[in-house]
Amino acid sequence: MSGAPTVTQDAVRALEAFIQRSAGHGAALAETGLPTRRVEAWRYTPLRTLADTAWHQAAPLASEAVSTFLDRLPLPENGARMVYGNGRLLEGLSALPEVATQGSENISPLKGMFSATLNAALGEKGLDLRIPAGTDAGLLTLISLSDGDNVSMHLQHRIVLEDGASLTLYDVNAGEGRYIANPRFDIVVGKGAKLRHVKLQRESLTGTHLAIVSANVSEKGEYDSFTLNQGSNLARHEAVVTLGAPHAIVHVNGVQIVDGQRLNDLTSMIHHAAPDGSSRQTVKTVLSDAGQGVFQGKILVDRVAQKTDGYQMNQALLLSEKAQINSKPELEIYADDVKCSHGATVGALDDEQLFYLRSRGVPEAQARDILVRAFLIDALDLVADEALRDLLGRSMAS
Amino acid sequence: MPAVTETRETVEKLAKSSYEWGFETDIEMDIAPKGLNEDTVRLISQRKGEPQWMLDWRLKAFRAWLEMEEPTWAHIHYPPIDYQDAHYFAQPKKKPGPKSLEEVDPELLRTYAKLGIPLHEQALLAGVEGAEERLPIAVDAVFDSVSVATTFRKTLAEAGVIFCPISDAIREHPELVQKYLGTVVPVADNFFGALNSAVFTDGSFVYIPEGVRCPMELSTYFRINARNTGQFERTLIIAEDRATVSYLEGCTAPQRDENQLHAAVVELIAMEDASIKYSTVQNWYPGDDEGRGGIYNFVTKRGICRGARSKISWTQVETGSAITWKYPSCVLAGEGSVGEFYSVAVTNNHQQADTGTKMIHLAPNTRSTIIAKTISAGKSDSTYRGLVRMQPKARNARNFTQCDSLLIGDQCGAHTVPYIESRNMTARVEHEATTSKISEDELFYCRSRGLSEEDAVGLIVNGFCREVLKELPMEFAVEAQKLLQISLEGSVG
Amino acid sequence: MSDFLKIQGLQARIDADGTPKDILKGLDLEVPKGEIHAIMGPNGSGKSTLSYVLAGRDDYEVTGGSATFKGQDLLALDPEERAALGLFLAFQSPVELPGVNNANFLRTAVNAVRRARGEAELDAVAFLKAVRAETKHLSMSDDMLKRAVNVGFSGGEKKRNEVLQMRLLQPSFAILDETDSGLDIDALRIVAEGVNSLRSPNFSALVITHHQRLLDYIVPDRVHVMAHGRIIHSGGPDIAKTLEKQGYTQFLEAAA
Repeated sequence: MSGAPTVTQDAVRALEAFIQRSAGHGAALAETGLPTRRVEAWRYTPLRTLADTAWHQAAPLASEAVSTFLDRLPLPENGARMVYGNGRLLEGLSALPEVATQGSENISPLKGMFSATLNAALGEKGLDLRIPAGTDAGLLTLISLSDGDNVSMHLQHRIVLEDGASLTLYDVNAGEGRYIANPRFDIVVGKGAKLRHVKLQRESLTGTHLAIVSANVSEKGEYDSFTLNQGSNLARHEAVVTLGAPHAIVHVNGVQIVDGQRLNDLTSMIHHAAPDGSSRQTVKTVLSDAGQGVFQGKILVDRVAQKTDGYQMNQALLLSEKAQINSKPELEIYADDVKCSHGATVGALDDEQLFYLRSRGVPEAQARDILVRAFLIDALDLVADEALRDLLGRSMAS
Repeated sequence: MPAVTETRETVEKLAKSSYEWGFETDIEMDIAPKGLNEDTVRLISQRKGEPQWMLDWRLKAFRAWLEMEEPTWAHIHYPPIDYQDAHYFAQPKKKPGPKSLEEVDPELLRTYAKLGIPLHEQALLAGVEGAEERLPIAVDAVFDSVSVATTFRKTLAEAGVIFCPISDAIREHPELVQKYLGTVVPVADNFFGALNSAVFTDGSFVYIPEGVRCPMELSTYFRINARNTGQFERTLIIAEDRATVSYLEGCTAPQRDENQLHAAVVELIAMEDASIKYSTVQNWYPGDDEGRGGIYNFVTKRGICRGARSKISWTQVETGSAITWKYPSCVLAGEGSVGEFYSVAVTNNHQQADTGTKMIHLAPNTRSTIIAKTISAGKSDSTYRGLVRMQPKARNARNFTQCDSLLIGDQCGAHTVPYIESRNMTARVEHEATTSKISEDELFYCRSRGLSEEDAVGLIVNGFCREVLKELPMEFAVEAQKLLQISLEGSVG
Repeated sequence: MSDFLKIQGLQARIDADGTPKDILKGLDLEVPKGEIHAIMGPNGSGKSTLSYVLAGRDDYEVTGGSATFKGQDLLALDPEERAALGLFLAFQSPVELPGVNNANFLRTAVNAVRRARGEAELDAVAFLKAVRAETKHLSMSDDMLKRAVNVGFSGGEKKRNEVLQMRLLQPSFAILDETDSGLDIDALRIVAEGVNSLRSPNFSALVITHHQRLLDYIVPDRVHVMAHGRIIHSGGPDIAKTLEKQGYTQFLEAAA
């Protein structure tokens, strides 16, 4: 048998610290523990490196650090901005979109999912906003900064779009040090409402990012997300999206660019729980050095979800001998009148294409660059907001 | 009469609405008491007249099994199996001189007739002169846990091919069995494999020497007959350098209420430039319309392409069993070796199938192809589960996978769970999967041309499976097409 | 003059599923400056291999002989260095580059070559002007510049795109690898005009073809017959006509 690691004494150290910090909210965490490779959902993304540390709460972020971060991040000029530093709102830098009102609901629980369980035990108050029916809240940039060693942040965001409301959320994550950023998004998209969730993950290259998003989409509502996973030593972006009423539309797209010895993971569950839903997913991963990429994407179609239209494509490009990709696209289908498909490819740059470019005088390095960009372009093109697309494109190029 | 025609006739007899082969044969049985412990293992080994090394091997497997847990990751649900509430050895009582065909129990021959084993083969079993030359297929018939008679040994022996019950091979070719048994599926490989290693009672052994193209298709008919007797078949096929063999496995089972456990292990070994084609039509009793009864089929099938440019090809048509848990796999260790998996899995009523393959690419320039067609009807659930792994040395390796699922009715489920792992940048993996319902337009078109709804479904389903069915040897292709249609009866309208 | 393109005893092989297969078996060829030569030969004679080896494709292993261009050891150069030196291969079937914008590709190539030749790079406006002039000349639609390279192009469009690249990169030596295959007469004429327009005392070309047809439009100075990985006969443009009428047999027999 493969040597699946068991929970070690070290793992207990990390867990104990979390549970102690949770002030009585750690029962579920104690029960599930730190997942090992034996846990199917984490087979490709081991959390071993987190196990030996007693992660504590971070000190407030110094204002000089904040401005350094803000200067080097690709940020839009316009729109509202909410800035969090080490799990706390930086009020002087933050304002909600004018039309938004403060919500007052609790984060809904997500059982059996480690990132959510950890967040629930240690939650820190994040966004809690409600966009009133029929209003367009425009662009909101949410900036989550982390700085410090052996600390962890667990922001909880709840976003409710009432019927017909719309919002573009630009979700930027960055930091410095060896920390865990563990944000949770609880999203409700009302009837005919539309949320664009564009995420940039550029955490510290020694940091860990464990994000978990749940989104429930109502009739004719739309949740359109794109995640650029580019930072962290270990990062998982996990999305659980439910098409809870007829004619909902969901996009869970992403690009992962992984080098060094890092691991980036995009895991999603798209749950068609009502008829006539449509979901689209394109995820592209580029791996160099000894980078590891993980894609796990499940489409679940309930018996009632007739006329579901689901499509998923994931592709990985391996640029070096030591890079590796683990991919698990999954269909679980209980309704018969559906059209669901997925495709996956793994490979290196096409020698023929490379040769063609070089025969036209393009130096090899530049030719490779052109082809990598071409590989990513159709995923990036799925970001509907042009300004944000440009910002992400800039981030990808750097 | 050619065997193909007879097979077709056999199959046509099948084309009745209920499962016909649910009879029991009244033969005196020699049955070991219920239960599983070291003594059971010793008893089996002793009754088989096995040497000490074989008993030791079994005991090692049994001890490993005791430490293992029954796997739960598959998408199947069944009541807990009580491994102590079953007989692990049942043998038809034989008169002395079992090798003499005249002494084969006439009741047994009548069973073959009912099973539809082609007349030539029965004639051969009955000792008819000259029957041998006319037959294209050699049969190693397994009646319950013991191979009662093996045919064609002479013709095959002239070619240097060994084809015999594995229990004979253990006695007569111990050096070969010892060298290869458990090298592809080690005793502690998995829960059901370990159980098989401890208590297997029979199965086939095939050895094709260097440079030999096996002169005929080799075939085994399986049949479970005794009440509450698990079947633990063990098959080992070795093709030496440049050897070629095609092996057919087919099975039927009698109707009954109790669930029956079947945990077979098949190991294939292909040396340089060798080729093994292994085809299965699996039609164990699936249980009744309400999901009562039916076989639990937990199978470990694995082949290793050890030599350069060797090839292993699995083709399966799975229509039977209440539960199918089966992943015929290829380990591509020889440079330029080829693995193939062609599968049709049909589930109806309350059947559950979790089946697929693993293609492990270890060497450069290895190639694999996976074509899996899943059809779910009634209240059944069917899962394709597959792994494609490109190891660091698999330079320029290639895989292509196509998984298609067809749903008939809104009470069934179809699932696709592929794992793709690549550790070599020059390796290329392509995977495609689709799920859809059977097309109303196509159904209507067929029916407007006069086909009954069931015939139309049969036609469309056979079209859907064409890529796989064409991989089957002729003898099986006809049978398989019929079986598909029979399995889906009552699923529409 | 004779040191423009000079090939001596060139041997090359390809790895065919693990077994090396010799394709070029000691090929000699010289193309002086300002001349256009044609190579004709039956299928499998090694014509395409020759063009790939000259352009620097990795799949072929050169096992003997030499090839020099403008006095430099061609075989030691990367493909892009060969392009910068002035070598251009018009592919028989150009590969598709999904996601790579054609105009962007052309500009990248032109500027890379200009840079390597010590010329100033073209800015977007100057480049677009240059391209527009060419596309008009080749009756290409602007749409072809916006699409991904060769993706969804018809056979004729692909060939035009190759000629466009050739015109823009201003090579001093062009190899046309069966550029005429599958072309209608109009497209053939466009390709031929593209080559003829570059004709000058400083431009040479090697036209690899199966048919005499193309040579009606691009009249070669010399014609070489290739078989079994070697040039087995050379002569004036008349050879092409002989070949068209009588086939390769007499040359093959004479060489045997």
